[in-house]
Amino acid sequence: MEASFEPKIIALVCNWCTYTAADLAGTSRLKYPANVRLVRLMCTGMIDVKYVIKALLDGADGVFIGGCHPGDCHYINGNLKARKRIQGVGSILESFGFEPQRLALRWIGASEGPEFAHHMTEFVNTIMQLGPNPSKARMIL
Amino acid sequence: MNKEIPRIGVYVCHCGMNIAPRVDVEQVAEFASRLDHVVVARDYKFMCSNPGQELIVEDIKAHNLNRVVVASCSPRMHEATFRKACRKAGLSPYNFQMANIREQASWVTDDSRLATAKAKDLVAAAVGRVAFHRPLQTRRVEVNKSVLVIGGGIAGIQAAISAADAGYKVYLVEREPSIGGHMAKFDKTFPTLDCAACIMTPKMVIAGQHENIELLTYSEVVGLEGFVGNYKARILKKPRYVDEDKCTGCGTCMEKCPTRRVPSGFEEGLAFRPAIYSPFPQAVPKTPVIDAEHCRLLAKNKRCGVCAKFCEADAIDFDQKPQYLDLTVGAVIVATGFAAFDPSSMVQYGYGIYPEVYTSLQFERLNNATGPTAGQIVMKNGQVPRKVAIIHCVGSRDRNHLPYCSRVCCMYSLKFAHLVREKTGAEVWSFYIDMRSPGKLYEEFYNRVQAEGVHAVRGKVAMVTDIVDDPGRGSLTVVAENTLTGRNLRLPVDMVILSVGLQPAEGAGEVARMAGISADGDGWFTELHAKLAPVNTPTAGIFLAGCCQGPKDIPDTVAQAMAAAGQATALLAAGTVETRAEISSIDPDICSGCKSCLQVCPYNAIYFDEGRQVAVVNDALCQGCGSCSATCPSSAAAVAQFNDSQVMAEIDAILA
Repeated sequence: MEASFEPKIIALVCNWCTYTAADLAGTSRLKYPANVRLVRLMCTGMIDVKYVIKALLDGADGVFIGGCHPGDCHYINGNLKARKRIQGVGSILESFGFEPQRLALRWIGASEGPEFAHHMTEFVNTIMQLGPNPSKARMIL
Repeated sequence: MNKEIPRIGVYVCHCGMNIAPRVDVEQVAEFASRLDHVVVARDYKFMCSNPGQELIVEDIKAHNLNRVVVASCSPRMHEATFRKACRKAGLSPYNFQMANIREQASWVTDDSRLATAKAKDLVAAAVGRVAFHRPLQTRRVEVNKSVLVIGGGIAGIQAAISAADAGYKVYLVEREPSIGGHMAKFDKTFPTLDCAACIMTPKMVIAGQHENIELLTYSEVVGLEGFVGNYKARILKKPRYVDEDKCTGCGTCMEKCPTRRVPSGFEEGLAFRPAIYSPFPQAVPKTPVIDAEHCRLLAKNKRCGVCAKFCEADAIDFDQKPQYLDLTVGAVIVATGFAAFDPSSMVQYGYGIYPEVYTSLQFERLNNATGPTAGQIVMKNGQVPRKVAIIHCVGSRDRNHLPYCSRVCCMYSLKFAHLVREKTGAEVWSFYIDMRSPGKLYEEFYNRVQAEGVHAVRGKVAMVTDIVDDPGRGSLTVVAENTLTGRNLRLPVDMVILSVGLQPAEGAGEVARMAGISADGDGWFTELHAKLAPVNTPTAGIFLAGCCQGPKDIPDTVAQAMAAAGQATALLAAGTVETRAEISSIDPDICSGCKSCLQVCPYNAIYFDEGRQVAVVNDALCQGCGSCSATCPSSAAAVAQFNDSQVMAEIDAILA
């Protein structure tokens, strides 16, 4: 049972830093678990908290958010606004029945291909330990 | 809003052998053909090729497609290509979406089954969202026909001259009193041994006299905002205390100034300068500056004013204040250069402890005809050294300091070796990790220097010490291992030159923040694409030249400066730019007038219409960051191409 668990992870990433880092990881042929599905946004600052909630309610096993390092945001400070919002949504996840570790926010700069691969591997490992999204079981009921 | 029924074409690219064997492209295309609204799904060897694009164009016409998805590489690579193909077939280029199954699937996944599953999800996501795409409107706005160049080293000078020669107004901003940068400090240049001044100073003069170039020296860019074609820059002109229009550059003030012992930055601390100074004889402009920190009158409030008394042109003005200049420019070329690594932290090499340990820039000055020794390679005691050690890779290729290779050090070290041999006949010992001489005529230069009898030892120096075995044979001992023979070495020498690496210039981070460009982990500015857009940045209208992008030698710097000028002038020559389509709008029927969006907009692009009591986006200022859309409690604000229905559809399709 545990061995066959292939989590599905939604990664909401900004176009300028983390998406570019993912491209660099690709160009450098760095391998990381195939469980992550990237959704390209222009900035983490445009991430509405309802995207996170929706992804988890719809059965995503984890939501990863990747943006530019503080100070490097292409839009001055969108990443800092994202951090505030994500901290907010993180604090209410448990009331929805989700472990807070299912949501992660990391800064990955445009030139950080290896860091991107590393963070993906690490997050997938975290989700593997948590097991499947509890809302999946509820949906069957 | 979206009344037409989507008719989607999906194209799965093999990318030769890059996607196809790892991702089962036929299976992905077959999967796509069963998705909602998909009318046609195909796989093809190279979608970006001409026949590949034609396939899309023909299908749009034959199957009356109104949406297109291409599953291939990153949209950063070919989105523009396929959008153009859509436009060619009469379809809005915004009714298009890419699924990145190369960088995100085939290249990063070993297991073919998992890579194919991932590719299917990414295609489903693209198909899901593209159904919600709709044509977007753009406008064309005028481009201001002038260029701002930040940094007046060889990169900035060349970029300014190239752009000015093309007929555009150029503002060249340099924070030092003169343009010239590091190259002005050099004596000879590798591998041809051209005299740096002979090739550099004419360029400086051209820049100084060019009718299209406005030099703003002793000035700094303190603000930069706007967008491609219309940047607003704020320049701080620091007070020189010398009127540039009146000063004739005669130099009497510098001779008469009673403050004589200020360490000269240009001479790398090897000589002193007066409080009123011009950094070097060939400075452009010639107008000196008064260093307010050391001037008796300005700093110590003493009655001095000797310079003013002797100035026949009456150019001294102690009442000058900082001035701010506001410029509007169409393009910006960032050429902020590098700083030499400070080896003080590597105490094992004794820099700052032993007087006969020099950095490479100090040695350049020692060698220079206008330097502190008038070009004589002599020790502090005035004697000619008999044995000189040159240590390569100081700071470079070192995890504790600069992890990268600084690219120019091997070559300039070889140049030093040649100059020491030529000028003094001294024995030269060069300690290297790997000898790197890639470049036209570089290997030949290496061979020449070897033939001149330079001892090259492969091994990193452990330390430089003043504990000597025989005081008659040199004041310093270089301790190293020759890794080719495996023998340890204690080499007595008179002089040590540290070939220090390059790091980003001080204040580079501040420039990056203002210009909205990013830097890599080492602080070098990131180009848009490492190979295909090496002088562009992710911010349209901002270009890079020279070492600010990474260590490089003079030929590469000049080539890049010309390239940056070419890109900038191409933008200016076009005359207009298309505005971004992916910007925010606020639905006045939904907006409740809470003004939350006004507070989060980083560009002040939202204003409040008091009459209608709704927020309105100024589309000339909006950059499409989506701060407003994520904040809006009633979902009235939305960024085109990234609205809720599109993003939600993408998430839905992945999790379906």
